[in-house]
Amino acid sequence: MADKKRIDDVTGVETTGHVWDDDLEELNKPLPKWWLYVLYASIIWAIGYWVLYPAWPGINGYTEGYLGYSQRAAVMEQVAAGKAAQAKYRESIAKAELAEIKSDPDLLNFALAGGKAAFGDNCAPCHGRGAEGFKGYPNLNDDDWIWGGDLAAIEQTIRHGIRSPDADTRVSDMPKFGQDQLLDAAQIGDVAEHVLSLGGNSTDPDAAARGAALFAENCAACHGETGSGMLELGAPNLTDAIWLYGGEKADVVESIKTGRGGVMPPWHTRLDDVTIKQLAVYVHALGGGK
Amino acid sequence: MATSPETYIIAKSESGKAPGDVVESGNEAAPGIARHDVKAVNAKDERSLYAERVAIHPKRARGTFRNLKWITMALTLGVYYLTPWLRWDRGPALPDQAVLIDFEHQRLFFGPMEIWAQEFYYVTGLLVLASLALFLVTALAGRVWCGYACPQTVWTDLFVMVERWVQGDRNARLRLQKSRWSTEKIWKISLTHTLWLLISVITGGAFIFYFRDAPTLAQELFSGTAPYVAYLFLGIFTFTTYALGGLAREQVCIYMCPWPRIQGAMFDDHSLLVSYRTHRGEPRGPHKKGEPWEGRGDCIDCKQCVVVCPMGIDIRDGAQLECIQCALCIDACNEIMDKIDRPRNLIAYDTFHNLKAAETGGSVPVKIFRPRTILYMVLLPAVLGLMAYGWVNRSELQVNVLRDRNPLFVRLSDGGVRNGYTVKILNKRHETRNFRISIDGLPDAAATPAINIVGIETADPEIAVVPDDLRALRVYLSLPADTVKSLKDEATDLTFVVTDTGDGSQTRRTTNFRRPK
Repeated sequence: MADKKRIDDVTGVETTGHVWDDDLEELNKPLPKWWLYVLYASIIWAIGYWVLYPAWPGINGYTEGYLGYSQRAAVMEQVAAGKAAQAKYRESIAKAELAEIKSDPDLLNFALAGGKAAFGDNCAPCHGRGAEGFKGYPNLNDDDWIWGGDLAAIEQTIRHGIRSPDADTRVSDMPKFGQDQLLDAAQIGDVAEHVLSLGGNSTDPDAAARGAALFAENCAACHGETGSGMLELGAPNLTDAIWLYGGEKADVVESIKTGRGGVMPPWHTRLDDVTIKQLAVYVHALGGGK
Repeated sequence: MATSPETYIIAKSESGKAPGDVVESGNEAAPGIARHDVKAVNAKDERSLYAERVAIHPKRARGTFRNLKWITMALTLGVYYLTPWLRWDRGPALPDQAVLIDFEHQRLFFGPMEIWAQEFYYVTGLLVLASLALFLVTALAGRVWCGYACPQTVWTDLFVMVERWVQGDRNARLRLQKSRWSTEKIWKISLTHTLWLLISVITGGAFIFYFRDAPTLAQELFSGTAPYVAYLFLGIFTFTTYALGGLAREQVCIYMCPWPRIQGAMFDDHSLLVSYRTHRGEPRGPHKKGEPWEGRGDCIDCKQCVVVCPMGIDIRDGAQLECIQCALCIDACNEIMDKIDRPRNLIAYDTFHNLKAAETGGSVPVKIFRPRTILYMVLLPAVLGLMAYGWVNRSELQVNVLRDRNPLFVRLSDGGVRNGYTVKILNKRHETRNFRISIDGLPDAAATPAINIVGIETADPEIAVVPDDLRALRVYLSLPADTVKSLKDEATDLTFVVTDTGDGSQTRRTTNFRRPK
């Protein structure tokens, strides 16, 4: 452009010398000076920024800047500030009985919020984000509890787990009636039919009648004569509408055959007392707490 | 700078010579010293790609439009500076500033109105109204906003006024600018800038007063105890006022503001624009006393219209992007027309249509009602009405019912089904209100589901919501097995009725109850 100044005929304005498509030219319309000054100002700003803030990567680190700012440190500060703001509540929760937490609106709010977060981090993978459960993992929203649904029972379960390596774990061991050949296939079918009849879901009264005797002999010791279960032994109620492993006949047959038996880890080794208490209150407040 | 002389030469030197060392044979500066065929990139005759701003020193105009501008300036500045100081009693708990954008209470106070953060759509509506009004006046009379009421115009005008007061009118200012530095020049220039800065500080100060109780903040500002952001924004607005009104001026309108680019689509051949009536003015030229006016134009080329222009343009060049249509050239020209005893309004508000017709001696009356102006005139009251309707029917209670999505429903051990909801009650009154929650709208057989509210043990509890606060409740509804079976659909509509136990008013929110398939 420099050595060939050309003035556009139509506008009388100098062109930049760039030509496209044979005759398309660009007029040289100067930018205002202040625009240039803004560019210089931003360069000066950038240099100031390098001095004050982390800017240049090095081999073993980076230039940290005069202010010593780092995003990580800022987050840590915020987390610490959050922790400090929570301290008052956490101390109260550590001292309070579960029932006291439940009856104090402030503590309850704090416990529910903290419990919800802890539940999402630790419990949701098995029980589901909404505690709705899956086959083999109990729904914690309903009012059917295998090991008890009051605050203390829930806390105990969270703390020590079920069939876990913990010394105080909750344990129940249903025999594998099919796999260990305690009952044959026909007998298992009859018992299953009887179990279904407890909730009024049997379709074969004869088989159910045959199964009644076998039930009394093999199952009633834990599940009770009427099949209503026993919290102390962790034997589920067989008369209600809730089935951990499914309520179809095939599901019940499978349960009798293999004994089932899921495992929940103990959480007192991983979570602090306050978090466990928050979780207990949260789970209790999901709607099914006793 | 894509093709500098060097690259041009490199492109030519394909014969194997090293670039940058191009020596034409037989071209020596002195014996043995090669002469390089290059030209300095920044040679003196190279034009700078950056244009220096030439300062504009508008002369003072006198006349109708100048007076209109003085009045507009007084009004707009008065409103801007004084509004934060107006008081409005709202009781002891709330601020008593009439207009306040209150971050602490998350509300916008405007006299008797109180707009909460979640009602920001009223502000959106206000902006829509402002845009429509802007479109309407632009369609009718061009850039009225730019010429009279835009803060950039008003503050520039104010700053020019200060400049004129200290340094004198246009000629004196031009003389001062060209003169060598002297004591007089130094004190005049520094006084001007000091006054500008003072105005800027007051402007920035007034701005932050809109966000915090003005008398308190004023005290805090002077005693150095105001919050850090107050000083920050005071600084920012002081700087922008000073830079835009004092230094950048017309460049803001020409380079920064998008409105001049949009205006072309906003007005048409029927819009009244500040125009030079070519048919009357041309051919222009100086006029000698006693010379007849026949066969020549009324424009005596005195350039009064040029020297009063704050944008530094010549209106006689026709409509142009730079023109903010402040109409000062009309005042200037009319003054001259009076002096030379010619009819006024050689420069006037006129339409393209009329100007064109005038070339052949005709005239076209101003057409105010055109499709686009009618559209704006209809939309304006429509939007205003919609907002007024919304405002009149605005409730001082906001109830939201959010249905649980996970799980959608919970089967209970007795075969019944439970659904969970979050009920949020926002009390916008300045007193505590008590509410009862009941359910309506289920089929007869299911008319009364069991209601459980987390954290509240009593049956049918009264729920207190403190003033200006939101209370969120977890509510569980349970239906027994038989009733669930009687529900026809997987999702049955039901209504939460939130009753104010004080005045008995009810707020209803419809949601649904889900059962398993």
